[in-house]
Amino acid sequence: MKRILSALAIGAVAAAALSGCSAGSGSDKVIKVAYQKFGNFTQMDTQMKSVAKQFEAQNKGYTVKLVPIQASENDYYTKLSLMNKAASTAPDVLYEDTFLIKSDADAGYLAPLDSYVKDWSDWSKFPDNAKQAGEGENGKLYGISMGTDTRALWYNKDLLKKAGVEVPWQPKSWQDVLDAAKKVKAAEPGVTPINIYSGKGGGEQSTMQGFEMLLYGTHDTLYDSSSKKWIAGSKGFVDSLDVIKEIYQGGLGPSVQNALDPNFGNTVSGQLLPQGKLAIDLDGSWLPQNWIKSGAAPWSDWNKVMGEVAMPTQDGASPGTTSMSGGWTLALGSKSKNKDAAWDFIKLALNKKNSLKYDVSATQIAVRTDVASDPTYTDANPTNKFFSDLVKVTHFRPATSVYPKVSNNIQVAMESVMTGQATPKQAAKTYDDALPDAVGGAKHVTTK
Amino acid sequence: MSSLTHPVTTGTRGRGGPSSPRPRRLGRTIGRSAPLIPSMVLVAVFLLGPVISSFYGSFTDMSLTGSAAAGAKFVGFDNYVQLFQNPDFLQSVWLTVLFLVGSAIIGQNVLGMGLAMLMRHGHAVVRAVVGTLVVTAWILPEIVAAFAAYAFFHDKGTLNELLALVGIHGPNWLYALPMIAVILANVWRGTAFSMLVYSAALTDVPDDVTESAEIDGAGGVKRLIYITLPMIRRSISTNLMLTTLQTLSVFTLIYVMTAGGPGTKSSTLPILAYQEAFKFSQLGLGTAIATILLVIGAIFSIVYIRALKPEVD
Repeated sequence: MKRILSALAIGAVAAAALSGCSAGSGSDKVIKVAYQKFGNFTQMDTQMKSVAKQFEAQNKGYTVKLVPIQASENDYYTKLSLMNKAASTAPDVLYEDTFLIKSDADAGYLAPLDSYVKDWSDWSKFPDNAKQAGEGENGKLYGISMGTDTRALWYNKDLLKKAGVEVPWQPKSWQDVLDAAKKVKAAEPGVTPINIYSGKGGGEQSTMQGFEMLLYGTHDTLYDSSSKKWIAGSKGFVDSLDVIKEIYQGGLGPSVQNALDPNFGNTVSGQLLPQGKLAIDLDGSWLPQNWIKSGAAPWSDWNKVMGEVAMPTQDGASPGTTSMSGGWTLALGSKSKNKDAAWDFIKLALNKKNSLKYDVSATQIAVRTDVASDPTYTDANPTNKFFSDLVKVTHFRPATSVYPKVSNNIQVAMESVMTGQATPKQAAKTYDDALPDAVGGAKHVTTK
Repeated sequence: MSSLTHPVTTGTRGRGGPSSPRPRRLGRTIGRSAPLIPSMVLVAVFLLGPVISSFYGSFTDMSLTGSAAAGAKFVGFDNYVQLFQNPDFLQSVWLTVLFLVGSAIIGQNVLGMGLAMLMRHGHAVVRAVVGTLVVTAWILPEIVAAFAAYAFFHDKGTLNELLALVGIHGPNWLYALPMIAVILANVWRGTAFSMLVYSAALTDVPDDVTESAEIDGAGGVKRLIYITLPMIRRSISTNLMLTTLQTLSVFTLIYVMTAGGPGTKSSTLPILAYQEAFKFSQLGLGTAIATILLVIGAIFSIVYIRALKPEVD
């Protein structure tokens, strides 16, 4: 264990040192920017390189040290936290997932931005929900939204047609989705009928693209925001796990071993979908970022082959469809010695020009109103309108600092069901039992 | 029987050398231990320090994120209570013991001893070839060995390809039999160490003792049990302890091959500790698991020292 601890600590330090921050000790005028670069996700890297150049040209004497953290989603959070723990490694600017803002603000890793945005004329271009996404539990602002996202079903039109499913596909309930997957299974043996992310390997991707896309289509949710209590013992929870069981134990999904690979998300977007080996994929609005010309796996026909349809609710109950939204922000490290310059970097990275460029290249749903209405953005990607319209039915993850812990427990429940170690009922009970510990006591839990 | 063991006893007592008490013994003892001080300081800083900090950390709610990351609170035995109520933890303890007994105590030790004995009588060429092959697994960096084992046991890996040649459809080892796969991998990787230790120990068994036992009519098995094993029991004890401690802390091999899965089916304590500390951000809980691992290691070490009494002759 000690070895692991030190190996990880050394790894984090080495990652920072290798990317050049060792020079930082000599000079005070260094802005260290930490972000994720992994597999097919290279858009942030390209973007930060470009912003760094602009920043250095505008601010003579300052150097930007980019720290691209090469890690899958879960490992990225871990490495970022480890860097944040010590002042010598803590970054000045961080690429921060909205779901971690409250938790990391509580941890004291992030600096409040309220006094900065007061004097920032662009701030009025951000809609209220985007502003709220960056708030901590104390109501202060900790992150500036780079873009948001929604989730829906992607499907391969050819494969569905071949299996005898009518295209454009219009599933009205979970059963319709599963029925289509069964038809694909019967008609095309070499094709994986459906993918719903699941298990610990995928990290938050399993919870959000997988489980919550199901649960928020039932009559239940994870958290009752009016009473501020977490919900245990809901029927929707078990029903959602039932779908996971049917897909993975019923031979409709990818093999469990592949699905548990932390790299599986890259495989889906970079290989399975372009190669026509996956018929239906419950996934994010950002998928085309891989397939456009500047993407990691360019695929010129993607819009001809792939169709997209909103995820139906469990039994088609109103509003008929559901989605989940998250998004990433830029945040300011609390241990930064150059907060003003770091803020200038954030401002520059998120001005109209740079936001537009990023939202197009990473196929984000734009949050800045001036970007969202810009023809360059609206024309860039034919799916923009479809996914932007899902904002009407979308849900947000419970806005509390303990959410990441709950998310872990959901992944554990999913994995035990998909591997057949537990039935959906048993897994839901394990989740219910662990819930009080995760959310800080039984007083924060209500049982249905 | 006594005629057999007699020469052994005198032989080793002779090696101890005479030592008679002298005046000013205390001063001399202090003088003699002075050169040890630097190494003791190093041990204290780099071994005792982390042990104490791990012990302390296990009583806090230290965390990577959330309010506990800003300032960890002392929570007493909460982490331990939580662990012992958690079926996953109890399963991990069992898997760790299974992994330890299967791969280190039985696998590496018995196989290492067997190889060492066979190689003593083997032809020089055979010795060289077998020795090289076995040691190759051991000198590979752990991460390389882990990937090699992953490729070997993978569903479409070398093992199943070989089995397919003889018409057997092999199981998906890493998924269906994860513990067997990681145990075999660790046996493969660690046997060389035991083999080298036992080879060295066996050359120390004097030929005349073995010969006289043979003249007394002791067969191969009897010679092994009454002559060879007692004479090399120091090496056995040391080797058991080293392989045990090494195996208890195996992380890379399992993490690369199965990541503790599927589900929790190969999640030994180091994997569980990593998951709690670095995936689920609960450093305190992860440290508590590490502390328990430390205790398990200490218990095994004490048992070996007591049972095999390496220091007494």
